[in-house]
Amino acid sequence: MTLLAVERIKLFTTRSPWWCTLIALALTVGFGALMAGTADATEPLNIAATQFGYGFGLVVVMVMATLAITTEYRFSTIRATFLAVPNRPSTLVAKATVVAIMAAIIGELAAFGSWGIASVIKPDIDLTINTAYEWRAVAGVGLVYALSAVVAVAVGVLVRHSAGAIAVLLIWNQLVEPLVQLIPKVGDDIHKWMPFNIANKLITGDPDPTARNVLQGPPPSDAVLGPWPAIGVFAAFAAVLLGIAIVVANRRDA
Amino acid sequence: MIEATGLTKHYGRTVAVDNLSFTVSEGKVTGFLGPNGAGKSTTMRMILGLDRPTSGDVRIDGQHYRDLHQPLRTVGALLDAKWVHPNRSARAHLRWLAAASKLPRSRVDEVLDLVGLGGVADKNAGGFSLGMSQRLGIAAALLGDPKVLLFDEPVNGLDPEGILWIRKFMHRLAAEGRTVFVSSHLLSEMAQTAQDLVVIGRGKLIHQGTVDEFIAHATESTVLVRSPELEKLGEHLLGAGAGISDDGDALRVSGMDSAAIGELAAAKQITLHELSPQVGSLEQAFIQLTGDSVEYRTAEAAQRAGQEERA
Repeated sequence: MTLLAVERIKLFTTRSPWWCTLIALALTVGFGALMAGTADATEPLNIAATQFGYGFGLVVVMVMATLAITTEYRFSTIRATFLAVPNRPSTLVAKATVVAIMAAIIGELAAFGSWGIASVIKPDIDLTINTAYEWRAVAGVGLVYALSAVVAVAVGVLVRHSAGAIAVLLIWNQLVEPLVQLIPKVGDDIHKWMPFNIANKLITGDPDPTARNVLQGPPPSDAVLGPWPAIGVFAAFAAVLLGIAIVVANRRDA
Repeated sequence: MIEATGLTKHYGRTVAVDNLSFTVSEGKVTGFLGPNGAGKSTTMRMILGLDRPTSGDVRIDGQHYRDLHQPLRTVGALLDAKWVHPNRSARAHLRWLAAASKLPRSRVDEVLDLVGLGGVADKNAGGFSLGMSQRLGIAAALLGDPKVLLFDEPVNGLDPEGILWIRKFMHRLAAEGRTVFVSSHLLSEMAQTAQDLVVIGRGKLIHQGTVDEFIAHATESTVLVRSPELEKLGEHLLGAGAGISDDGDALRVSGMDSAAIGELAAAKQITLHELSPQVGSLEQAFIQLTGDSVEYRTAEAAQRAGQEERA
């Protein structure tokens, strides 16, 4: 608990987390409003469509999570941290936990905010969250953001430079995963197992995502796992990455 | 007490610290002296568990730093005053450090007042001058009221006022019975603050002992002799095994103390006009001892050293 308090103080006494939160919320809720405002008879508004900005918010949340650790390296406060708490694994787990909680809160605010603004703009359309799929599509955003934040912290620990770590995450999330599908024959099979694609399954999964109009909501995931096993695999991926980062940080000179 | 045994650190092929063994005794100010690049900072980082020694061991009161429970309560350190997030206020910076050691919030204001930063506590640390940053670093070091304090080059780059303040502070900490280990490449600074010295050059131990011992050990003490019969005295001194060199109208005698020289002169019935022991300064001692182990020196100095070797 002590270490969580330490990391919480550190996170909230600088400005960048607040800016990232505002930008993430503006993007996601903004897109929710945009989707609601532009919906018509041919492109009807549904719950998936309100979450159109989910992927953009995810990128901003990962930037926030990366900066939470890379600025510590940038300003050497990581050394001050290790002087105060020489147990590096505990410190880094506490950091990842606090950042993940922050990401989860942003995710829930973004998801329900987007859904809420859409409901306000189109009060005559029934956007009641009923099915398990609809609940996952909205409430699941916080979980995906939280786990992605852990991935971002791990990459931040390994790379240590803000620009480098953010570049790795964005290129991976925005370029490598979509472009891997272009590889002949095996591309699609590889894509099915890419981590962020797997994570998306929770939000954009059942019912059969391929039947959905791509314009309605975030691009559907083609992962073969069910939504909950998929997020389990992504969680394991995040945990392994964080584990590697901790082992490296523990051995490395601070 | 800080105890280093066979401490060694390699960075690739570079040997930063080479089989370094020393002890820092309790309740004293021990100076850690060496030219720039001698391995002082690396040694301090190893003491504090930031860097892993390639081999060897260093303990504080018998424990590795990494095994200390709430280490800020045992050891306070100021390695670099700029280890602060520039957009975080001085108070916030100390607040998370205090939280890590379960220290009350009131302690933060106490140390801020102690170092004279009470008035700027809510200003961002990024806007601080070097002197103010140094004060904030010292406040952080004192937060847990530790009995062991480590400072790496605390006066580096400070203005005279800042230097004086730090110096007074060191004296005060020592007077309170704390163990202070302070590094510097400035010998005059050490002469004013430290009782004991650990001197290193190129990562190796050159000397450990008191400041007085260091001077005695390092400077070849000579005796200046004046006499109307200088030539005759010189012959007798050489005969007795002393070394002599001309110093204008006087002789500089080495390897023999003033009492022996006086007795010799009396026995040979030579009149002496002056017989004065020459004590070397700390600066001389330092340069003499570390002269061979300066990592980075100017081309001119290197050339001069080369000529001396050939001569």
